[in-house]
Amino acid sequence: MAKDENLPKRASRPSRPSGEDLQVIGSARQRVDVRGKVTGQTIYADDISLPRLAHCKILRSPHPHARIRNIEVSRALAYPGVYLVLTGKDLPIEYGILPVSQDETALCVDRVRHVGDPVAAVIAREELTAFEALDLINVDYEILPTISSPEEALASPEPRLHEYGEEGNIHKRVSFEFGDVDKGFAEADEIFEDTFFYEGSNHLAMEQHASVAVKDREGKLTLWTSTQVPHYLHRSLAKVLQLPAGHIRVIATPNGGGFGGKSDPLNHEIIVSKAALVLGRPVKISLTREEVFYCHRGRHPVLMKFKTGVKKDGTITALDLQTLIDGGGYGSFGVASTFYTGALQTTSYHVPRYKFRACRTFTNKPPCGPKRGHGTPQPRFGQEVQMDKIAERLRIDPAELRLRVAVKPNELTANFLQLGTVGLEECIRRVVEMSGWKDKFRKLPEGRGVGLACSCYLTGAGLSIYWNKMPHSGIQLKLDRGGGVTLQAGTTEIGQGSDDVLAAIVAEILGLRTQDIRVYSGDTDLGPVDLGSYSSRVTLMAGNAAVQAAERAKTMLAEGVAEKLQVPVERLRFADGAVFDKAVPEKRVTFAEAVCLGEARFGTIGTVGSYWPPKMPAAQYKGGGVGTSPTYTYSAAVAEVEVDPSTGWLRVVRIWNTHDLGRALNPTIALGQIEGSIYMGLGEALMEEQSFHRLPKKLSHALVHRTPSMLDYKSLTSLDMPEIFTEFVEGPDPRGPFGAKEVGQGPLLPIMPAVANAVYDAVGVRIDEVPITPEKILKALAEKKAGRLPRYGPGQFPAVSWPEPLRVPPPWEGGDGRATNEPPRRPKPDTEKEKVLAR
Amino acid sequence: MAEDRLVPAESQKSARIRFILNGEPVDVSFAPYKTLLEVLREDLNHTGTKHGCELGECGACAVILDGEPVLSCLVLALECDGRDVLTIEGLASGGELHPLQQAFADLGGSQCGYCTPGMILTAKALLDRTPHPSHDQIREALSGNLCRCTGYLQIFDAVEAAITEISERKRADEAKQNAG
Repeated sequence: MAKDENLPKRASRPSRPSGEDLQVIGSARQRVDVRGKVTGQTIYADDISLPRLAHCKILRSPHPHARIRNIEVSRALAYPGVYLVLTGKDLPIEYGILPVSQDETALCVDRVRHVGDPVAAVIAREELTAFEALDLINVDYEILPTISSPEEALASPEPRLHEYGEEGNIHKRVSFEFGDVDKGFAEADEIFEDTFFYEGSNHLAMEQHASVAVKDREGKLTLWTSTQVPHYLHRSLAKVLQLPAGHIRVIATPNGGGFGGKSDPLNHEIIVSKAALVLGRPVKISLTREEVFYCHRGRHPVLMKFKTGVKKDGTITALDLQTLIDGGGYGSFGVASTFYTGALQTTSYHVPRYKFRACRTFTNKPPCGPKRGHGTPQPRFGQEVQMDKIAERLRIDPAELRLRVAVKPNELTANFLQLGTVGLEECIRRVVEMSGWKDKFRKLPEGRGVGLACSCYLTGAGLSIYWNKMPHSGIQLKLDRGGGVTLQAGTTEIGQGSDDVLAAIVAEILGLRTQDIRVYSGDTDLGPVDLGSYSSRVTLMAGNAAVQAAERAKTMLAEGVAEKLQVPVERLRFADGAVFDKAVPEKRVTFAEAVCLGEARFGTIGTVGSYWPPKMPAAQYKGGGVGTSPTYTYSAAVAEVEVDPSTGWLRVVRIWNTHDLGRALNPTIALGQIEGSIYMGLGEALMEEQSFHRLPKKLSHALVHRTPSMLDYKSLTSLDMPEIFTEFVEGPDPRGPFGAKEVGQGPLLPIMPAVANAVYDAVGVRIDEVPITPEKILKALAEKKAGRLPRYGPGQFPAVSWPEPLRVPPPWEGGDGRATNEPPRRPKPDTEKEKVLAR
Repeated sequence: MAEDRLVPAESQKSARIRFILNGEPVDVSFAPYKTLLEVLREDLNHTGTKHGCELGECGACAVILDGEPVLSCLVLALECDGRDVLTIEGLASGGELHPLQQAFADLGGSQCGYCTPGMILTAKALLDRTPHPSHDQIREALSGNLCRCTGYLQIFDAVEAAITEISERKRADEAKQNAG
């Protein structure tokens, strides 16, 4: 089915540039994997059952910080039906997603760092038996002092949670200055200083993590698991289990939602793999919802201070941003997240001088990591709310202000990020028009308001997480004589539609329908490496690899067909399941015949495609790789809200949004990604909180999750959804396959600040933190009534001992992308580790 | 003391029920404490019914029990003796998708797909009861089924499209009968 009528009226029609004759790309159609999903046939990890399957349950720490003196497992082991008990000494090798923070063990060896940290695993014939046997394990803990916040971490260097990092409990600190910001502030007419706080949140994927491992008939390990990153997991398994990577097969089952929560190699995946190897029988684990909250890796809570200098006309003269990040108990993606809390503050508005300092601390809470937007929604919130404050003080319409300072296409930013196509101005103009902004802003009755915000996001991280020169994505195609095409990829289908996008690209090039392409994805044995479903990279990177593989196959077939039909190759067109002469369309062969002609000529038709991001020569300074991307997307959103001043109750009535996505490869999926992003952004704006409190002293004083269940952790239901109106801003980017850029994360980013700005328009109070709850609105209204600053938000930004910034003159000050004060580079820090991995 | 027990609890399939599953009689033995969700998934290999919380919070495990939508994680299997259970596996007839399944597939109602079986069955229960619900009735009926991917709007589209399709089919069937 390929009908634009299948797109609802609340979305714009995809553009059809003249001169193009695309049959698949750009048509609203069923995704290739959907039948299994509506019939219950899709096999998720927890749906897998194998003969002799054993079940695993994990004993988790009840303490936020303790030394493990002793673990006594003999009673558990003796319990009928128990096959095996594993503890930290069975899996002592450290691993982690980033080479620079290999700080986890699958089971804690001598220390626990948060409630829920895994301490022992029981593998038994039945799940209930394993669960019962957990009670029979005695762990002797020596309780240690705990750190509950970044402020406490700064104040308490001892005891250290980890023996690595900057110092004390500071995991990572970065400090940059692109141009002299003091000079920039001296040139400013107005200087704005604002502090913001962004609470953490969980991904809350509907599917809880699950994994099944087996020692297969060749004696090798196969792991089916709900992961977004089979390749990185594959590497970690090889390291921890000390097995050749070639003897491990990771199969990423279709994820029941990921959103970043399944992007780390996770302890339970390693535990069941080890157990399966020890026992010689399949072992399965399925986490409970509560365990998922303690596994976490979600949005980092971030405190931010924005200092921005502007001219009277809105021109930005300098930006000085400081962020303080609550990392939880382990590194996870945290070093990257730290950079991301400031990497993209230059990619929407022209910032001529930029100082950015960030500090991630360890705390005794579950580790934070990447969640949709990875590290960037927090500073985006601060920047866009501050823009609203600037617009008000300068008496410039917020949309107009943004238009004045918007970046231009192909600009090189102060921090040397190379932009591609930029649809920001178009996004702003169209969202202003569709929302009736000019008739609403500051004109609605008290209690109703509108707010506007914009954003920018990556289309794939420019660097892989471990340093190498290999492609980021690979695709393999096999064509069979019956006309079937098999596509093998390492990509992971997490619900975003990556299987469909790849099938569509290949189908378009070979003149087929998506149903003619069989996609095998997420399997490290079957598909070439793809780095994973994160950073909105798959459509562009794997998509470009698919273009290359399909074009290569097309070239081979075309030669055979040209000879058979006696038509020059340039005149051949692949469409409608056939290959024909454009001039005389009756001269044709079916696609299956074309494959046979090609196979007769070349032998078996199999092609590969690879994708490397463009070389990024611009940012030469240390840390300059984070934030680079082949190209960037832009979004703008207007939120309309109602606030009841007597209760503080906040209702989002409507969202209008525009997203610069290059091209919608399948508008049905693109719209779903946009609306899903907005939904998730609204959850963070209004209610979602991964927050912790201490149990009373007479209990354990432990730091526990406030709401570790789906009932208590609030998320939007169908009743809470506002109306949403979407326009695709299409302008094909030559860097993307058929011009496509990302669509799965960017549209989330402007939602939180748009809501905050709308609340101000409605009732005149600034809520400088998320979630924006009725309680906070009431408090701010009380301040307003008392004649004080009508605001709710964090106070001072604490003193952080920042290192001397790396000074990098921006391009317009003659900078060449190098720091002027960078010490000579040490050898790549991960080289040793790479050697270990390669063994 | 649990430690003295020789046979694990889960193996003690001392409960037995007979009921209608997707139109066919089944006879199943299981450990008596098990929920309908567990028996469907573990003892009857019907894994189309999903679990997202096992505490009645998310709606992923919704099935239709004697015409009513229920959360199968909150129903003891023992309560189902002699009753009629419809799961996602029983919705299509032959190879043909139910209009709800077709509409979810066509209109983006399913992304990761994990909430989809529960969502479709909850919607079916609504349409069986109220063939022409208002938009607000649809929102209300689905409010116990969480979805993290779609933002729900394409799910509403799918339900509304299915309503039209179902009533058109009904009209066509009636016309055929009248003609016959």
